[in-house]
Amino acid sequence: MHETMVAESLVAAISAEAVKHNAKPVAARISCGGLSAVNDEILCFAFEAIARDTPCEGMKLQIEHKPLRAKCRNCSRDFDVDLSMPKCSECNSESFKLLADAPLLLEEIELQTD
Amino acid sequence: MKKVDVVKKILYANEKYALENVLFFAEHKKLCLNMISSPGSGKTTILARTISDLKERIKIGVIEGDIQTDIDAERISRTKAPVVQINTDGACHLSAAQVSAAIRELPVKELDLVVIENVGNLVCPSDFDLGENAKIVVLSVAEGDDKPIKYPGIFAKSKAMLINKIDLLEGGLVDFDIERAKTDARRLNKDMEIFTVSAKTGEGMNDWYAWLTESFKNV
Ligand SMILES: Nc1nc2c(ncn2[C@@H]2O[C@H](COP(=O)(O)OP(=O)(O)OP(=O)(O)O)[C@@H](O)[C@H]2O)c(=O)[nH]1
Ligand SMILES: [Mg+2]
Ligand SMILES: [Zn+2]
Repeated sequence: MHETMVAESLVAAISAEAVKHNAKPVAARISCGGLSAVNDEILCFAFEAIARDTPCEGMKLQIEHKPLRAKCRNCSRDFDVDLSMPKCSECNSESFKLLADAPLLLEEIELQTD
Repeated sequence: MKKVDVVKKILYANEKYALENVLFFAEHKKLCLNMISSPGSGKTTILARTISDLKERIKIGVIEGDIQTDIDAERISRTKAPVVQINTDGACHLSAAQVSAAIRELPVKELDLVVIENVGNLVCPSDFDLGENAKIVVLSVAEGDDKPIKYPGIFAKSKAMLINKIDLLEGGLVDFDIERAKTDARRLNKDMEIFTVSAKTGEGMNDWYAWLTESFKNV
């Protein structure tokens, strides 16, 4: 629901990189964690609107969702949590500790070179 | 085509202020709680009652976050507690920068505890740290016992949960399986403190007060 704000931050960060490298950005890869409340479709829509008339106009966004991780209290292994069925993927224990969720990251930008 | 690794936090602007707020509260040795729930689950009612019932024991200051109006700040100021209203003007969550400005308007030195009532929304506020020591989630029974499964983010990130409006369970007007809500929340968050309360009748509030009193002593 706060995709507009995320899109604004993205446009600002990417524009700054574009100026630094003196090239037009054409695509960006971002990532977020399993608990993040960001919807891909809404973010892309917001980004498209906010990027208009900026160096980011027409860019493609690729959004990678990193799984939420947890540590099992029974077998001590780390595993990817499926929130619809939260239990250890190794030993099926339902006793685990969630690990810090991955933050929203701007990972990589593709710039046009010619 | 050239690829550039950036690896930059997209919400870095918020994180910068959140960190400043963490340092501010640590320096002043004050506890700060960020109260989150969907609209109308009873955050302001719980807060107003808590402030009145504990006024001899804890000095609480409040930051109210709402999209618009200062209705909630008005309600809090009737308890005589210091309060600052933030209007987000449409935004679905408070930001750390807004809180940073608000804490400078509170008489923090005279307080034991600062409570931030976030904008009523069970989703977005959980993505924005404000520099608080802990998040507190409120779930009222009228919303249904499936909310911890449907909105796992906030239940996973909160230190404590208040299940509010339990007075509505009497007479069977509302179906809400308290054990189910507790089990689902604890599956995500095993160490979560859970209090079942009615901010209207006062039932169950003493356990919450005891936890609150202990928590601020340990800052
Ligand atoms: N029956 C009953 N009603 C309650 C209780 N707590 C709050 N209410 C009522 O629920 C309504 C909403 O309460 P608020 O305290 O304004 O809720 P809120 O979470 O602060 O709402 P927003 O700030 O708008 O998100 C009010 O009419 C309250 O009187 C309770 O324990 N039992
Ligand atoms: Mg309120
Ligand atoms: Zn295991």
